[in-house]
Formats: sequence, structure tokens, C-alpha cells
Amino acid sequence: MSDALIQLIIILALALVVVAYAFGNSAILVWVERKLCGHIQRRPGPCEVGPFGLFQTAIDGIKLMGKQIIIPRNADKRLFMVAPVLSFVPPIIALMVIPFSKHVQVRDLDIGLLFVLSLAAMNVLAILIAGWSSANKYSLFGAVRAVAQNVAYEIPLLICLITAVMWTGSLSLGDIVNAQGGTWFIFYPWGFVAFLVYFITGMAETNRAPFDMPEAESELTAGFHTEYAGMGFGLFFLGEYTNMLLMASLATALFLGGYNLPFIELTGDGVMTELLRVFIFLAKAYGMIIVMIWIRWTFPRVRFDQLMNFCWKILIPVSMANLAITALVMKLGEL
Amino acid sequence: MIPHPDPTQETLVLNMGPQHPSTHGVLRVLLKMDGEYVIEAEPVLGYGHRMHEKMGEVRSHNGFYANVGRMDYGGALSFAHGHVLAVERLSDIQVPERAEYIRVITTELNRVASHLLWIGAFLLDLGAFTPILYSFDDREIALDLLEHVTGARITFSYFRVGGVCNDIDEQFIEGTKKFIKRMRERIPMFHKLVTGNIIFRKRVEGIGIIDRDMALRYGVTGPMIRGSGIPYDIRKVEPYSVYPEFDFDIPTYDEGDCMARHKVRMDEIEQSLRIIEQGLEKLPDGPVMMEKVPKKVKSGPGDTFMSVEAARGELCYYLATDGTDTPYRMKIRSPSYSNLSILKEVTSGILLSDLVAVMGSMDLVIPEIDR
Repeated sequence: MSDALIQLIIILALALVVVAYAFGNSAILVWVERKLCGHIQRRPGPCEVGPFGLFQTAIDGIKLMGKQIIIPRNADKRLFMVAPVLSFVPPIIALMVIPFSKHVQVRDLDIGLLFVLSLAAMNVLAILIAGWSSANKYSLFGAVRAVAQNVAYEIPLLICLITAVMWTGSLSLGDIVNAQGGTWFIFYPWGFVAFLVYFITGMAETNRAPFDMPEAESELTAGFHTEYAGMGFGLFFLGEYTNMLLMASLATALFLGGYNLPFIELTGDGVMTELLRVFIFLAKAYGMIIVMIWIRWTFPRVRFDQLMNFCWKILIPVSMANLAITALVMKLGEL
Repeated sequence: MIPHPDPTQETLVLNMGPQHPSTHGVLRVLLKMDGEYVIEAEPVLGYGHRMHEKMGEVRSHNGFYANVGRMDYGGALSFAHGHVLAVERLSDIQVPERAEYIRVITTELNRVASHLLWIGAFLLDLGAFTPILYSFDDREIALDLLEHVTGARITFSYFRVGGVCNDIDEQFIEGTKKFIKRMRERIPMFHKLVTGNIIFRKRVEGIGIIDRDMALRYGVTGPMIRGSGIPYDIRKVEPYSVYPEFDFDIPTYDEGDCMARHKVRMDEIEQSLRIIEQGLEKLPDGPVMMEKVPKKVKSGPGDTFMSVEAARGELCYYLATDGTDTPYRMKIRSPSYSNLSILKEVTSGILLSDLVAVMGSMDLVIPEIDR
């Protein structure tokens, strides 16, 4: 066999693992979210199905699959069916370039970051299509909100990522992590500001409360997925959790030093070291996701115009000033 | 009703309800919208109408009594209190003093439970999921206490014409004292968690302003008028039952926005706790039911008008009778129904999200609007 074929097989196998992981991640995250929100609300959360209610998500998944798929009469049938898939598939593909450890990465593209961002931007398209094709006014409101929100919040998000890219000097996620080594980007004040802005915009990008404008249960019933029943809704749900994982992984790679421990360089390429690296990476990513869940179940929803004001008047100026300062510091460092 | 959408297609009609998470029941609001802005909000009623007033005219006073709790599931005892007081005034029945004290204590406890329900529902409307479970934690204790004496948790049939059906016991008194102590610790926690929250403040401060003049024009009552700076509370301005013997304040705030209404309700919980505390201290001994209760509560021809302060505002019963035990005419003025009339003026030109906040701050109970 030629080398290219072996490489292809390795890539396919790893890709399969990542896809399976994305599904497993959603299942576990749903359980974690319900359990955590239960404890925040002083109740036990799911506890009937399996030990600690661990199989609750599986049962819910089976229930969702068993439900009838209802397509509204006036809906644009094709788009209506495509939208949930569009919301779920792109974040999974984007996971392919995330460096979970030095070698557990399906493909280290030279433009990995660009790849991730272009796929993450598909999320808003899925919401727009879902809202538009449902032929429901509430869905349309959700879609309109989603577009306005995501377009606005992508600006500070990109500026923050550019700050990190400037500092590390690469668009390849593997190189970005290696460039940070023991001193994570977040340890610098400008890195910290960039991380903070990124975290807020990341929550807005994944449409999580308190920025869940497109869903806004108490205002728009269920927003863009009002008309979706059964697995259509289930796919949106999976997409949301995969998006969360993607956002958290990106933050881990760009700001939190990826699979590196703080101040200590992990050397060696043994299996145990690699496993330790994967563990470190996932611990950071899930730590951030847990903070996102915590915030969701603590705060009320912000109003739509306040959300936009916050982005245009605070986040964008702050992130741009931060970018300028980073550039200045780098130039001064060269002198 | 809004007859047609705008022919120029600049506005759209959004049908909010009768099934919508924020209308807390089967209220339907027709919204004429320009983008996210509400131009006109028109409540449409009648989805849960059960002809309570007509039922009152074909049933005897005692027969109708079970209906009153079905109107307001939040504060059923206030509705019961108004009804028995109206019937007693109509037929000149004297109630033992202990019974009247017990009525006030349980009604105030029910008011606390009702306001706790409101906090949770209001914050749910604003998109905060957790506070409802905190407030239900406390409401649960209040309902358990009420269940212990009345035998029911929501639709109480505890009061009778001539008294109350059960006496309260030591367990209730001890439990209530513990509850008062607990609530006094919990209220600062609610203020810390909710009132001071920056997102919450941005969502409710200056939103849905009802000024003095508007409040008087529409005749809104309860916490809504007190949030507009008018200290109008039937318990003070037209005292009934044994309320004159209690020392309590009427909290008012001048801002007239959703925040003012929130603060009024929070303060009212404290005042209700004060009334319960004094009631338990002053509780006289004696029977809880008058000695000879007539099977048929009869009165001479005549009419009566009784107002009480329910959890949501002024509740009035008008009973006219021709000398039998069945009223010839019954008219109920329920607070939420009258408060809802202000919705159109308050919400014109505000955002959809604010409309939800304003409707939440009104504390609407739909079965009492559609009764």
C-alpha cells in the first residue's frame, strides 16, 4: 500500500472517531446541563433512568426519533428538511481541525482557523433557513434576530481571534497551540481581554441564554424551531451542543494553551502523554462549557436592542483597542 | 379587534396566544407590529369563560361558594373572604372574632403564596429559569400550612358563612411562626439575587410606565396602582374585617414602571408577614363558627356591595336578592380584568420583549379575567 492510502485510512478512522465523539458529547452535555441546572435549582435533575439518570438522554433521543415529523402545510418542504442538518453537520466537520493533542487531530490545515470560522458561520444560515421556511411569524422573528445578532457578534469574535493569531503568528491551530507552550495567551493582559470578549461573543454565537434571542421562549414560543417536531428539533439540539463544544475548543486552543499545562512543557510522544494531553484539553473545554451552563441558568435574558448596543458600543471598541495595543506591544518588543 | 392588516404591508399582525408561554393561560393578545415594535396590543378574551356570575344567580349563597376559589387560583382565599363578607353583610350575620382573625391570617398567608408565585412567573417571562424554583420552595411551605388547616392547596373552601370550618391548631401556629422567620431571611436573598441583578434592572427599569393620571383613568388597583405612587389599598381606605386592629404599611413607589411594581409586591410580602405575626399574637379564644348556622342563608330583599383587597387588587361583590337564599343578581369586579384594560395604552410603541415584561408585571390570572 502506498503512503497516501495509509494516510487516508488514518484520516478516515480519526474522522469517524470525531463524529462519534460529537454525538457522544451532545448526549453527555445534555445530561450534564440537566443535572447541573437541577442542582442550581435545588432539585436532583434526571435520576430515574440508569445510574444518576445517565441514560435519560438516550431515552429522550429514542422518544424524539419515535415522534412524527410534522411539516407545516405552508412550509417550504425542502428547506425545512435541510435546515436541521445544516445546523448539525458544519460544527462536526469543523471539529476535524481541532488539536485535541499533538497527534489526535484529524488534519492540521494551514488555514485551520479560517476553516473553523467559515463552518461555524453556517449556523446562522441554518437558523435563517429554519425560520424562513417554517412559514410561522414567530420563527421568522427568531430568524431575523439570529441574523442581526450573529452578524454583529462575529465582528468582535473575529477581532479577538486575529489578536491571538497575531500573537502566535499562524492560522494553523496546531502551530498556535505549540507557539503558546507553557505561557498561555490568556496570561498576557491583552490576551485576557481578548479571551473575555471571545467568551461573551461565543455565548452569543451559540445562541445560549442570556443571549438566546432566536429562541427566546417567553417571547417567541420557541423562535426559529417552533415548528420542528421529533428529530428535526433533536438535530438543532445536537447542533447547539456541538457548537458549544466547538466554541470552547477554539478558546482552549487559542487562549488557554490547548493541551499544554501552565508553565510546564510536556515532552515526549508516548501514548500516556498523549492521553494526558487529550485530558488536559477536554478539561479546559468542558470547564468553559460548565461556566456557560452556569450562566444560562442564573441570568435573565437581555433585551434584543440592549444586546446589539452592548456589541456595537462596548465589545467592538474594546476588542479593536485591544488589537491595537497587542500590535503596539509586539512592535515595541521587536525594537 | 384589528380588522385587517395594514394594506401597505408595513405592519404585521402577530397572534400572541391563546397558547403562548407568557400569557399564563388562555389569554389571547392580538399584536399589530412594526418589526419588533408593538403598535397596538388588543387583548381578546373569552377562551376560558365559565359563567361564574350566572352560576351565582342560580345557586344559593352556600352553593356558589365553591366557585369563588376557582376564579383566582393564586389567591383563592381573598375571593372567598369577599364572598362570605358580602353574604354576611346582606343577611346580618355576626361572626365570632376568632373566626375573623383566622380568616385574616390565612388570607394573608395566601397573599404571600400568591406573590411568591408571581415572582417566579414574572422572572420566567424575563427569561430567568431558576428563581421560580426558589420562590416555590417558600410557597410550598405556605401551601403546606394552608393545607393543614383548610384541607386544600389551591382552591380552598375553608370559610363558611358564619365562620370558618376548622379551628387552627398549635402545629399551624408554630409552623407559621417558623415560616415568617424563614421568609424574613429569604426576602433579602431575593433582593440580592433578583432586584440588584444588572440584566433584570435593565429589563424592568423605566419599562411600561403607568403614571398617576393613567392609573386613575383606567381604575387599576392593587400593586399596580401602588407602583404608580397612589396608596390605595382597601384594607386601609375602606377597612373591613379586623384589619383596623393591625399595624401595617401600604408600600408605594412613584416610578410606575415594572421595577416599582416588583418592589411593591416584595414589600407587600413583608407587610403580610407583619399582619400574620400580629394576628397570631392577638388571636382571641372562642368558637370559630356562629352557634346556630342557618341551613339556608336568607335575607330580606335588598342588595350589598363588598370590596376587599385581593392579591391583585380591588375585588368587589355586588349581591342583590329578593328575599330567597339565591341572589337575584351577582356582579363581580375582579382586579386582573380591570388591570388588563390598561395594556393597550401602556404597550403602544414598545418592544415585544417589553410587552412580555409589562404583562408579567401585571400579575394576570386568566381564569379570573375570563370567569
